[in-house]
Amino acid sequence: MGASQTRSDHEHQHLTDKTGFSLEQIKNLHKRFQQLSGNEETISKEDLDRIPALANNPIKKQIIGAFFDKRNQHQDEVGSCDEIGFEQFLMVMSHFRPPTLKTTDEEKEAMRKEKLRFLFNMHDTDNDGTITLEEYRKVVEELLSKSGAIGQEAAKAIADAAMLEVASTNVPHMAPDDFYEGITFEHFEQILKGLEMESRMHIRFLDVDTTTMRCGKSTS
Amino acid sequence: IPISAVTILPPVKPDDGPQAFPNADKANLPVFTMDYPRIQIPFEITLWVLLASFAKIGFHVYHKITIWVPESCLLISIGLIVGGIMFSVHEEPPAVLSSNVFFLYMLPPIVLDSGYFMPTRPFFENIGTVLWFAVVGTLWNSIGIGMSLFAICQIEAFGVQDINLQENLLFATIISAVDPVAVLSVFEDVSVNEQLYIVVFGECLFNDAVTVVLYNMFNFVAEMPVVEPVDVFLGVARFFVVGLGGMGFGVLFGFVAAFTTRFTSRVREIEPLFIFMYSYLAYLVAELFAISSIMAIVTCALTMKYYVEENVSQRSCTTIRHVVKMLGSISETLIFFFLGVVTITTEHEWNWGYILFTLLFAFIWRGLGVLVLTQIINPFRTIPFNMKDQFGLAYGGLRGAISFALVFTLPDNIGRKQLFVTATIAIILFTVFLQGISIRPLIEYINVRRTNRNLDTINVEVHCRLMEHTIAGIEDLCGQWSHFYWKDKFMKFNNRILRRILIRDNRAESSIVALYKKLELQNAMEILDTVTGDISAAPSIVSLYEEKKSAAKPKKKFKAADLKNMHDILSKNMYKIRQRTVAFTGKHALPNDSQTKEILIRRHASIRRSLRPGSFQTTVICSHRSRFQQPARSSSRAMMPLRRLDTLQEAPSVDTLNENTGRTERGMSRTKSSSSDSRVPAPRLDNLRNGQHEVEEEEQPSSPPPAWVAEPRDNAAQNPLLRRPQWNPKKM
Repeated sequence: MGASQTRSDHEHQHLTDKTGFSLEQIKNLHKRFQQLSGNEETISKEDLDRIPALANNPIKKQIIGAFFDKRNQHQDEVGSCDEIGFEQFLMVMSHFRPPTLKTTDEEKEAMRKEKLRFLFNMHDTDNDGTITLEEYRKVVEELLSKSGAIGQEAAKAIADAAMLEVASTNVPHMAPDDFYEGITFEHFEQILKGLEMESRMHIRFLDVDTTTMRCGKSTS
Repeated sequence: IPISAVTILPPVKPDDGPQAFPNADKANLPVFTMDYPRIQIPFEITLWVLLASFAKIGFHVYHKITIWVPESCLLISIGLIVGGIMFSVHEEPPAVLSSNVFFLYMLPPIVLDSGYFMPTRPFFENIGTVLWFAVVGTLWNSIGIGMSLFAICQIEAFGVQDINLQENLLFATIISAVDPVAVLSVFEDVSVNEQLYIVVFGECLFNDAVTVVLYNMFNFVAEMPVVEPVDVFLGVARFFVVGLGGMGFGVLFGFVAAFTTRFTSRVREIEPLFIFMYSYLAYLVAELFAISSIMAIVTCALTMKYYVEENVSQRSCTTIRHVVKMLGSISETLIFFFLGVVTITTEHEWNWGYILFTLLFAFIWRGLGVLVLTQIINPFRTIPFNMKDQFGLAYGGLRGAISFALVFTLPDNIGRKQLFVTATIAIILFTVFLQGISIRPLIEYINVRRTNRNLDTINVEVHCRLMEHTIAGIEDLCGQWSHFYWKDKFMKFNNRILRRILIRDNRAESSIVALYKKLELQNAMEILDTVTGDISAAPSIVSLYEEKKSAAKPKKKFKAADLKNMHDILSKNMYKIRQRTVAFTGKHALPNDSQTKEILIRRHASIRRSLRPGSFQTTVICSHRSRFQQPARSSSRAMMPLRRLDTLQEAPSVDTLNENTGRTERGMSRTKSSSSDSRVPAPRLDNLRNGQHEVEEEEQPSSPPPAWVAEPRDNAAQNPLLRRPQWNPKKM
């Protein structure tokens, strides 16, 4: 117990620098990782699929997919893996760190870009760097899938409207025969310029171990 | 007024000696009589209200004034003038600001107004901070000011040694009640960031409740010679009873009101009545039990609004909003007005030392309080308050009507009541005038963080929802919850249970769809506004729901059946569409979308008149191309195409239009959109046609309707997004 503890501590220390989490938070997340993976070294998509609480989430597939997406690993690779280790798990989680009072403005900008990139990757499933109409449609459909009797046409219509909005704000002088290929990352940033991502897209990672505090919520 | 009701006075005799005969004086039928006492009270009320309202009109004649001087200052000034007049003729002003009239009649409308138009989402996101500042802040202020004043009282030079600690605390409680009416309108104009706005707003509302509780508590305690620890403990317990009890009552009445409106579909005329009656009832019942009536009415309004606005008709909704605003406005106006009047006409007891120190301490303690409290709560906030926000928060602590009314209701056995009255008036006038006038330049100078209000786009809405779901998902994944979890759970509960019970026509609706419909409606109305001549094209765009009966086959002319269908659909849709309240609503203005709704309703009437089959001269149905020639706008909602959520059966009418107009008006609509910067050119119509058409075509690629012959296939090119699916059906 002692030897493995120090080894994992050492690894975790290395990870704090890389991801920005504190040692406590990493330990907790590691526990959670163990739980999800059944004490294995890696988790697969099926492991995450089995989480009961996620069942009601309309964009469950996208979220799970994001974990296995190589682009979220800050390593300029594309494609997706079948299994991820703890380090990759943490890297994805690090997108959701909240800014503290000490983060500088440049760091905040960088975090914001990271978060936007995460969302962008969630849309762009074919890894070509743009969000096309079908991809956007798919996202909207999924999003609306749990919210009542909205037909497919409605989702399509909304996605079309959204794309047109992006087109018009970013490329105002399109000629009639131009074709708007898809939303690039810059356009994506532009359209979400006013949105305060800091307040919406972060998780307050606790320093306290919550894995033992939940009753009946364990997944294994 | 029937003349016969007037008492006819018998003729007065010069001497009252016995009369031999009954006097032969015949009382003639009075042609013109006056009976003032009978109508005195309502008459005077009406005159006062009118006078105050005239003052309000007067301010806006030269509207530059209201930018620099908040309305409350102006009203007080006018009140001072009128008070001066009354004083000089030795008239007594009506006892409006003494307890019952104020607390039972004048306060509820103001609080209802605040509660009804409170932006709920930011409120609930910041509720911790709001409660923290309201409760702890008020406590801090009261106790701090009370103690320091008591210390000052010990100094003999000021001659106020007879004020004991309890009385000082009581007085301090009264003047800690902040009333940021003026501040909110400045914040609104300057568009300060949402968090600051909502914290100031929420603090104002809730600290009224806290102040009243503390006041009653200290009042009770002030009469006791000795305070024991058990009393303090009881005081704390009472606070919880009062606060939570008020909220409980409010929620209860809110649900009952929502439930009632479920059944009012046949009695639309009295629908608004329920809202007012239930809120007022909540207020009165809370007063009955001496729990916080302000919390009751605010929570009632909050709870009620969401469900009621889905149940009642469009007109009732507008009526409710208008009346709430109107009543709130009147009350506020009257209160500030009377503040001015009463200032002149009451007896004052001035004590330089006490009053100046009161001002000083009020200022210091508020500043300190904000500083300390923010330091404590910032780590818990997602967006911490920076120094500028804190300054805004501290400086925005104006005192107002509640303090004023409370000081008048001080029991008379408090020896120095007049001094307290004078001090309160002094501090109110000081803060309202000085801080009220200077806060605007200061806020602009220090450049408080602004909020970006231009977020009414589909993309933003979609991504907000996306982020929320993502966060909820990730939280579930790593087993750590925050308020998203609770929000999620509440929304599920809401959709599954509450909405079923309380809403008549229950269809769980995503906010994305709601926003989409709203934008579509706005687009439609903009088209209606830009179209000169006949607006016969418009109706076909504006339908958003099913239950259409007309045929899918394109026709060349309007038939009477089509007309009827269109009108049915229009009226149904206007009934069904709710526009959510914009996040900021001005203190003195209604939310903006009511105007567009009214436009649509008026247009509906004119559509009926102007619609004639076969006589379409829509000159402004421009070609689709000009859409892309529009300059980039910050409000990207301008580029929303109109889409139907279901298959369009009104296509026929539109096609016939198109035949007439062809493609000649490329740039014409641009010139028409000059009236407001939120207009968009009519090409929306074409997008709709195209879009819908393409939707249809995707399903039946083999049978394009014949009416499209006039426009060759390039109309498909106009919507670049759909071009690809159109031309590469394999990719679909």
